[in-house]
Amino acid sequence: MTTVVTVAALTLQEASRRRVLRSLAVLTAVLLALSAWGFSEIDSDYGGLTSGEARMAGSTVLNLVMFGFSLIAALGTAFLAGPTLSGEVESGIALAMMTRPVRRAEVLVGKWLGLVGFGAGFVTVAGVAEFLIVHLTVGYWPPHPVTGLMLLAAQTAALMTLSLLFSTVISPMASGIMAVGLFGATWIAGVVGSVGEALDNPSVALVGTVSRMLLPTDGLWRGAMNSFQDPALLAQIGSGIEESPFLSMNPLTGAYLLWAAVWTALVLGLAALSFQRRDL
Amino acid sequence: MTDSPAVWASHLRKRYKKRVAVDGVSFTVGRGEVLGLLGPNGAGKTSVIKMMLGLVRPDAGEVMLLGRPNTDPRSRERVGYLPELFRYQPWLSADEVLALHVRLAGVKISGSDRRESLGLVGLADRAKDRVGGFSKGMQQRLGLAVALVARPELVVLDEPTSALDPLGRADVRDLLLSLKERDVAVLLNSHLIGEVERVCDRVVILDRGRVAAAGTLPELLGRRELRLVLTNVTAEAAALLEPFAREGDHYTVTLPDDVPALIADLVKLGVRVHAVEPARVSLEERLLDILRTQPEEL
Repeated sequence: MTTVVTVAALTLQEASRRRVLRSLAVLTAVLLALSAWGFSEIDSDYGGLTSGEARMAGSTVLNLVMFGFSLIAALGTAFLAGPTLSGEVESGIALAMMTRPVRRAEVLVGKWLGLVGFGAGFVTVAGVAEFLIVHLTVGYWPPHPVTGLMLLAAQTAALMTLSLLFSTVISPMASGIMAVGLFGATWIAGVVGSVGEALDNPSVALVGTVSRMLLPTDGLWRGAMNSFQDPALLAQIGSGIEESPFLSMNPLTGAYLLWAAVWTALVLGLAALSFQRRDL
Repeated sequence: MTDSPAVWASHLRKRYKKRVAVDGVSFTVGRGEVLGLLGPNGAGKTSVIKMMLGLVRPDAGEVMLLGRPNTDPRSRERVGYLPELFRYQPWLSADEVLALHVRLAGVKISGSDRRESLGLVGLADRAKDRVGGFSKGMQQRLGLAVALVARPELVVLDEPTSALDPLGRADVRDLLLSLKERDVAVLLNSHLIGEVERVCDRVVILDRGRVAAAGTLPELLGRRELRLVLTNVTAEAAALLEPFAREGDHYTVTLPDDVPALIADLVKLGVRVHAVEPARVSLEERLLDILRTQPEEL
């Protein structure tokens, strides 16, 4: 257990001291500033909006910005997870560490925990900042901010776990690219699936469902979007909304959340197994 | 448990794709013993070390470290290792790297002891500097400190002087001798044969993944010799020297028990003695000899 905590702390320290954190901070600041500008323009240009319309605009744009954050978090942690494991193996840093009385699985879980902490911390800080901006500019506050942020953090964790699994078998850069590529692919598959639902085409809708099962990032993202939206607004607009990639009608089911947790545990277990068998 | 050897390796075997890197290597390192691992590039020395420490999975064979099977992480509690490929977290300071290794080793080492380890390798004034700014030689020195910081009973050094200047090499030699004094077992893989010859109790020579020769230095180097430069050597005098090897006036004989008596006898027979010097086959000559006489295989 000490090993897990030690390695988790080391991973957080690495994230804070490497350039990743600075680039993340800059990206986040840019996105926050842009959204603040955008929201204030909405307010001034459409001063005559009804409160419902303002909410509609606010919640849609909020989801857009949050999607940006989830992308930054996903990219950031995926590209942190790769180097942190296979990079250390390639460079030789792992050699001296792994000959300490530690189990490889403990080191892996420590890294995972550190990265999850980092991703969750980023999502929370950036998300709360964005909520405040939306609240100050258009007066909108999401209905379930905590649930939404937790789902975003879970999405980041899921993608990072996959990246960690890849990094036990392939090079650091390739593992980051693979993870992000799959992330993008499932998001697009999710959009395709919702188009299928809107058109009442079950076979097209199945694309989204299957991809959400294979890689739960898109499903978790949809759950997060749902928590950020005004429920009254969804009810008002009604059907036809499903084809929008930035609006989600239904909250996540407990079964899906359980599947996402099981999926993450399975991938982490596979990563530990693969790392255990690897020659360093 | 202290009567178990520091390392007991039995029939280690490792194949990388089609190439057999290590083929049935067995050896032991006694407590407090310094064992040198020698051999040409690609002989399997680093693979043997990595299998020993659990970094690489052997295809066959067993290893016990300090009385525990090496599949048990606790077998490495008292082991220090300097890898051939030494790199440490560039975003940490030298002292933080040591602190990390102390935590992972699960031992209590005070800050002043850590600084002492850094002082031992000449990095006392760089403790607070980030490792990223260190030269290769300084990183190797840090690697030595990492290997020594957690009070090891076995230290494994894979090419510990590859990046060091002559002064650094001398430091490492002194360090090895001080480890020997403190009864710390050492497994040393080095290309610098002189280094090995000076500090090692025993040597294992690997070639093409197999143990080509093993033994203490006297066992490996054999008997000592005496070299003489003589003129006026009569048949009677030559009989005294038998068996000998001759190159012009230079005669080489196995070292007799009484050198002055031999010289006195030679002088009595009218031989003119120009020079007498004891000689010894160097480990280098012996190593080359062993490697050249190994039967060629596929």
